[in-house]
Amino acid sequence: MGNGTSIGRVRGLGPSHEGAHHWLIHRFSAISNLVLMSWLVISLLMLSDYSYETVSAWLAQPLSAVAMILLVASLFWHARMGLQVLIEDYIHNAGSKFGLLSLLNLAAIGGAAFGIFSVATLAFGVQN
Amino acid sequence: MAQRPLSPHLQIWRWGPHMLTSILHRATGDGMALVGLGILLWWLGALASGPEAYATFVWAASSPVGYLFMIGLTWAFFTHMMSGLRHFVLDIGAGYELDTNRFWSIAAPIIAIILTVIVWTYLLLRDGGMV
Repeated sequence: MGNGTSIGRVRGLGPSHEGAHHWLIHRFSAISNLVLMSWLVISLLMLSDYSYETVSAWLAQPLSAVAMILLVASLFWHARMGLQVLIEDYIHNAGSKFGLLSLLNLAAIGGAAFGIFSVATLAFGVQN
Repeated sequence: MAQRPLSPHLQIWRWGPHMLTSILHRATGDGMALVGLGILLWWLGALASGPEAYATFVWAASSPVGYLFMIGLTWAFFTHMMSGLRHFVLDIGAGYELDTNRFWSIAAPIIAIILTVIVWTYLLLRDGGMV
C-alpha cells in the first residue's frame, strides 16, 4: 500500500486485496458457460428420451464428449470464482478464509477431474 | 480486523427491483455451484458407471423431490443467465439510465421464469417428464 496518490492509498484494501484478473476470468468463463450451456440445454431437449441407451450413445459421440468436457471445466472454473467471492465477502477471519479457500480449490479441481474422467470413460467405451 | 468505515448494507436502502435481482444472481449462482454441480457429477458418474447406476439417478431425479430439484435448477440457471446477460451490458457501461436499469432488473427474472415454464411445459407435455 502506497501513501502517495489517492488510488495508491486504497489499492489492495478490499476483502481479497486484488481482483481485476479474477473479475476478467469470471467474465471469460461466463461467456463459455453461456455458449456451452446453450448447447447442453438444446441437445437435451432434442433427445428423444432419457434412457441410458439414448443418453450414453449421445454423450459418447466425439463432439458431445468434447463439449461436455469443456462445459465441466468452464462451469467448475466459474463456480470456483463465484464461491471465492462469497467466502471473501462473508468470512472475515483470516484463518477460516484460508481454510475455506483451500477446501474450495480441492473441491473444484477434484469435481472437475471426476466429471471429465466420467465423460472420457463413456467416450472411450471402457466401462462394463 | 482494522476498523475502517463500512459501506451501507441492505437495511439502509429503500428497496428496489435491482436489489432483488442482484441478490438472486448471487443466490442462484452459489446455489448452482453447491447443489447443481453435485447433481451434474452424479449424472455424469452414473452414465460412466453403467445402466444400474443410471437407473438409480433417474429414480431419484424423477421422484417428487427430484422434480423439485430439477425444476429449481432450471429456474436458477435461467435466472442466473438472464441477470448475467444484464451484467454483461452493465459491464460495458451501458444500461445505467434509471428507467432502463429498473426495466431490465424487473424483466430479467421474469424472462427467466417464462423460459423455465417453456422448457418444463415442453418436457412434461412431450412424454411425461424425465423418463
